[in-house]
Amino acid sequence: MVSVKLDKVSKYFGKVKAVDDVTLYIRDGEFVTLLGPSGCGKTTTLLMIAGIYKPTKGRIYFDDIDVTDIPPKDRNVGMVFQSYALYPHMTVYNNIAFPLKLKKLPKNEIDKKVREVAKLLKIDHLLDRKPSQLSGGQQQRVALARALVKEPDVLLLDEPLSNLDALLRVYMRAELKRLQKTLGITAIYVTHDQIEALSMSDRIVVMNNGRIQQTGTPDEIYSKPSNTFVASFIGTPPMNLIPCRVIDGKTLECLGFKYVFKDEIAEKILNEHKEVYFGIRPEDIVITNKDNGDAEATILVVEPIGKDLVITIQLEEEHTIKILAPPSINLKPGDKIYLKFKKEKIHLFDKKTGQRIEYIIKKGEE
Amino acid sequence: MPSLKNLPRKILPWIFLAPLLFMIILFWLVPVGLTVFLSFTNVTYKNFVKFVHGVEGAFNFTLENFHKLLGGDPYIGEIAKITLIYVGSVLAINAFYSLILSISIVYLVKNEYLSTFMRVVWLLPRITPAVVYGFLWIWLISPDTGPFYQFFASLGVAPGSWLLEKPYSQILMIVVNGYVGASFGMIIYTSAIKSIPEDLIRAAKVDGASDLQIIRSIILPLLKWPMLFVISWQTLSLIASYEQILILWGSYGATKAAGTTVFAIYAWFKAFEMGEYAYGATVSLVLVAIGIVLILLYFKIFGFHKLMQPSKIEV
Ligand SMILES: Nc1ncnc2c1ncn2[C@@H]1O[C@H](COP(=O)(O)OP(=O)(O)O)[C@@H](O)[C@H]1O
Ligand SMILES: [Mg+2]
Repeated sequence: MVSVKLDKVSKYFGKVKAVDDVTLYIRDGEFVTLLGPSGCGKTTTLLMIAGIYKPTKGRIYFDDIDVTDIPPKDRNVGMVFQSYALYPHMTVYNNIAFPLKLKKLPKNEIDKKVREVAKLLKIDHLLDRKPSQLSGGQQQRVALARALVKEPDVLLLDEPLSNLDALLRVYMRAELKRLQKTLGITAIYVTHDQIEALSMSDRIVVMNNGRIQQTGTPDEIYSKPSNTFVASFIGTPPMNLIPCRVIDGKTLECLGFKYVFKDEIAEKILNEHKEVYFGIRPEDIVITNKDNGDAEATILVVEPIGKDLVITIQLEEEHTIKILAPPSINLKPGDKIYLKFKKEKIHLFDKKTGQRIEYIIKKGEE
Repeated sequence: MPSLKNLPRKILPWIFLAPLLFMIILFWLVPVGLTVFLSFTNVTYKNFVKFVHGVEGAFNFTLENFHKLLGGDPYIGEIAKITLIYVGSVLAINAFYSLILSISIVYLVKNEYLSTFMRVVWLLPRITPAVVYGFLWIWLISPDTGPFYQFFASLGVAPGSWLLEKPYSQILMIVVNGYVGASFGMIIYTSAIKSIPEDLIRAAKVDGASDLQIIRSIILPLLKWPMLFVISWQTLSLIASYEQILILWGSYGATKAAGTTVFAIYAWFKAFEMGEYAYGATVSLVLVAIGIVLILLYFKIFGFHKLMQPSKIEV
């Protein structure tokens, strides 16, 4: 097992900056997820770590060894492709044995390892089949077996669950995670699914347009998004971002309401920012009465999503936000309600740069 | 008026197939029928006109041609040998050399311009009229001005005539036909290689394969059907091809001296140069027979259903 370091790595395809100045350190045995929308450079990053692409700029290290110029076959990485990329003309057995045959291991050793990993992944009854005779879930396991059989130093997984049905996906999440921890293998996992990322990862790297937006634990990513992109990408429904003008040291004039802070916060906002986004997650908004309310709003839509209701409400003109509420609440479109924002859960972002504004709320302040 | 809808379902397909059937009858069954018929007669230039006009008693039915073919004709053995060498060698170029070339162009040569250039070079003879292409070769090998001749002369290989001295003449025949035919294989192969998903190649690289191992373990097995297709198609068309030999050598005497008399051109010369129509037909009947046997063989190998499937690459 190794640690992986990307040092100012970029990959350009002509004018397209698929990956742009990415610096990242992944610890030995860590499970790190690259999370971002389609086309943000996740696969390209993996392919550079695998050695398929050479970075346009920057260096890649496994432990202290610079592997930037080392071809894939000498890197000892295992990779599961989004398409699985099973060799269609080979049986499952030969697919899994392929990396070992290339290593010129003795036949009986190959046989032992193939059967071992097949058993681990519960595909030992499928060894004689061709890939075309397998279900999506089975193909995915074969691809995983092929990646694991050579006991790689790093395991790369490119959206391995995206072609599975919902139930299997949830099951495989836990399974993959368990496997990775048992084997103690350094894993880099790619997904565009935030739930997958939040539930599986030791750390998450959020990417957009080839650049890293934020690196952190699932909790950090969720509770301290470093910019508006991360804030609006994570969470279902994502964080509400309400545009506001800074009026004075204490007051924000937002779409539909005014919000008054304590001095300490106000100063920072006043000094450095003219316009900000007031960020608040749907679950951090409570419905209250007129006296306690921070804002007044009108209900547009009420949607049940399992144990909660997602309520879309209108603050002013065209601006809508979403809140989560328990199903016991009896509300219908057109109703007027009052909202209370959980004070310690308010996020502020500069409107121009989108960057998070760090501020501290003293305990007991109101 | 009966609408198309009211036509019985069984008749409709035949209506759509009719033009095709007509073509098969006109261009295959009728000529083959005529060839078979002619080969059992004694029609030569002497009685040809009477034969064509259907004059009574103009010709006789006879097995003489077959006797000649199977024993009487002293050249048949040599012609069979030349044909075998010709088909085998040109096939090697068309089916195997073009495979190596295609893999190089698509997979190994990473430079886009170079690979496009290579492609165009090999397509040129295909898009050049056969006569122009033939005369180009005659110029290339002419001892006074031909670059091909000069080049080999500078290497010490300078026959008096590439056209008439064996084995140079035979090499010439093979190269000329191989070059023009290679593009067919290349078109099939390059598109087949391109349809192999990029991820398969990447997976193989990650699994530890070198370029050569990828070609051997991934690309070649996936090209099985395209290869079989190219080989069978090219064999069939090579057996019957004679245009370039005709253009380069032009007469039976010349091909005989050059050792380039293949079955197809022999049949042509017998019939149209020497007027032995019946015997020419008999010789070409050999080609028809070989062709039918091969087609049946290919159907058996491919399986008719597999041939009818949309993609020859299993992915
Ligand atoms: N081989 C390539 N040639 C040109 N552009 C590419 C190539 N591979 C990826 N790209 C571009 O780079 C960007 C990132 O692609 P990719 O890494 O596949 O994104 P993701 O995996 O996050 O969906 C996209 O805009 C894509 O179109
Ligand atoms: Mg991708």
